[in-house]
Amino acid sequence: MSELPSPENFGYMHAMNRALHAEMAADEDVFLLGEDVGVGASGVTSGLLPRFGAERVLDTPLSEQAFTSFGTGAAMLGKKPVIEFQISSLIYLVFEQIVNQAHKFSLMTGGQVRIPVTYLVSGSGSRFGWAGQHSDNPYSLLAHAGIKTVVPGLPSDAYGLLRSAIQDPDPVAVFAPSSLLGATDPAYGGEEEIVPLGEANVVREGADLTIVAVGQHVGTAIEVAESLGDRVDIEIVDPRTVYPFDWDCLRKSVNKTGRLVVIDDSNRMCGLGAEIVATAAEEFDLVAPPRRVCRPDGTVIPYALALDKALVPGAEQLTDAVEATLKSVSK
Amino acid sequence: MKLIREFEERCLAMAIDGEIDGGIHPYIGQEAVAAGVCSNLTDQDFLTSTHRGHGHVLAKGADPRRLLAELLGTLEGFNKGRGGSMHAADMKLGILGANGIVGAGGAIASGAAWAAKARGNSQVVVSFFGDGAMSQGVLLEAFNLAAIWSLPVLFVCENNMYATSLKLESGLAGNAARRAEGFGMVARTVDGMDVEAVASATKDLIEHCRAGRGPAFLECSTYRFFGHHSVLELLGVEFRDRDEVAEWRERDPIPLLGAKLGDDVVASIEEAIKKEIDDAVEFAKNAATPEPKDALMYLYAGATAVRPGVIL
Repeated sequence: MSELPSPENFGYMHAMNRALHAEMAADEDVFLLGEDVGVGASGVTSGLLPRFGAERVLDTPLSEQAFTSFGTGAAMLGKKPVIEFQISSLIYLVFEQIVNQAHKFSLMTGGQVRIPVTYLVSGSGSRFGWAGQHSDNPYSLLAHAGIKTVVPGLPSDAYGLLRSAIQDPDPVAVFAPSSLLGATDPAYGGEEEIVPLGEANVVREGADLTIVAVGQHVGTAIEVAESLGDRVDIEIVDPRTVYPFDWDCLRKSVNKTGRLVVIDDSNRMCGLGAEIVATAAEEFDLVAPPRRVCRPDGTVIPYALALDKALVPGAEQLTDAVEATLKSVSK
Repeated sequence: MKLIREFEERCLAMAIDGEIDGGIHPYIGQEAVAAGVCSNLTDQDFLTSTHRGHGHVLAKGADPRRLLAELLGTLEGFNKGRGGSMHAADMKLGILGANGIVGAGGAIASGAAWAAKARGNSQVVVSFFGDGAMSQGVLLEAFNLAAIWSLPVLFVCENNMYATSLKLESGLAGNAARRAEGFGMVARTVDGMDVEAVASATKDLIEHCRAGRGPAFLECSTYRFFGHHSVLELLGVEFRDRDEVAEWRERDPIPLLGAKLGDDVVASIEEAIKKEIDDAVEFAKNAATPEPKDALMYLYAGATAVRPGVIL
């Protein structure tokens, strides 16, 4: 048996790797398939092949559509597949297989089957310099289609949510932002706990304004909250699971603060930010119009680094949105 | 075969009369394929089916009463009225679902075959599809997976000469069975109107799969006597030469087999089947309709809250 990844490393990527090791050790129906999973090219799948063998770690040909529905078929016979997609845009190739097949079987069969597949997107969003076809963040699409979707923003959540995703009886997509793969969390390092799907986390408590921050933007929000700390007391809510969304947690926060800014690395049109802002407008007690910081409509990330960075939300845009929200008042 | 025929003729009439919602894709003419292939399967084996799937489901042993109840959208249907014609599934019988997307079942079948193989017994998976599916990339990818991993799948191509309304030669370059051979699979082509020929070829290929020698491919040359779906019948849309249809009807697999069985046997089968389908119609028409408030029941395991849209 090979060594487990170093427990001294509390980085995001290693947390996911430990989650895979733990789930595969705990349940022999869990198996991994995807491209380059044997060598662990993403880092997330390292050490699994030597530990669990080729019967449970399947290196696939470059056939995303077939191996995605292969997972569905195996799930029908009781297996729990984890499928790794190293590039987020591959989700577009397998939209049919995830949304139209795996997701729909449970309802269409009148509850005769469940499809417990995990789609692990191990490097979502801009990688800075990987251009148009390797830089998208399509989690809003899966949430729109009703796929249980998580975007962990902290290493501890990456561990705990991936384990929950694998244990869940339904298809679950896990988007790991590429900019977090190398991230570490000094506060993380004690007990590794399973994080339930569908529960948001209040990362920072505050009284004046709520920021909903998704994925890598949990870090952005913390940075902005601290930089504006002498002027505004910001609460940060990390939904962690973007579908189903923890509306109760957000309602509680916004009804307390009265102001809402969402930072989300989706495209603007029909993106996650749009849904959060719309729900807040319909249901929450707001003293100012809610705002969102997100990618422009239909963004295609250009190669040149300056252009790439210009389109991905960051601390500057979030600061502007917070300040604008503080100035404005609901009519 | 006669059960499928009688079931389908009733369904087609009911669909045209509006008693069945949506449409159906009649299997009439292709019965020898389902019957011949499935005569080699047990309840322990699996199949994936197509949008034209009633024949496969019945041949695998599904209760026609519950299949018709499903087509009428009732709680007595296999899928409790949530699947209908294109999604009929009976997991207890290893029917892993009919599928509304052409070519989608092959990859599901491969995954199921991998899981079945891991159990260490000799279960096989049959994946039915038409000639139109041979132009779907995912099916060819599935052939590759099944071949490299030596999975116990029998891919059955029901070559009925038309992909929706597109003629075979306008849609398929080369030849279906030769394509399968290109993946290293054993492939055979048989007369799909001859149930004994289908059953015999299937027997050999299923033995190949059960013995762990990898997937196999069976092409059955067949024909659907009606159009792509019932709505075309309703609209009177014709896209085939009438002489061509008449020529194939002369090779109807049911009278072809009936001639070998003799009049008395045929008459007793017909009587029994008519009664069985009468019972199914009666059963399905009396079955209960699901409640609108339960429209999204079964979508998720557990109590995942779905927020209201049209249903408040």
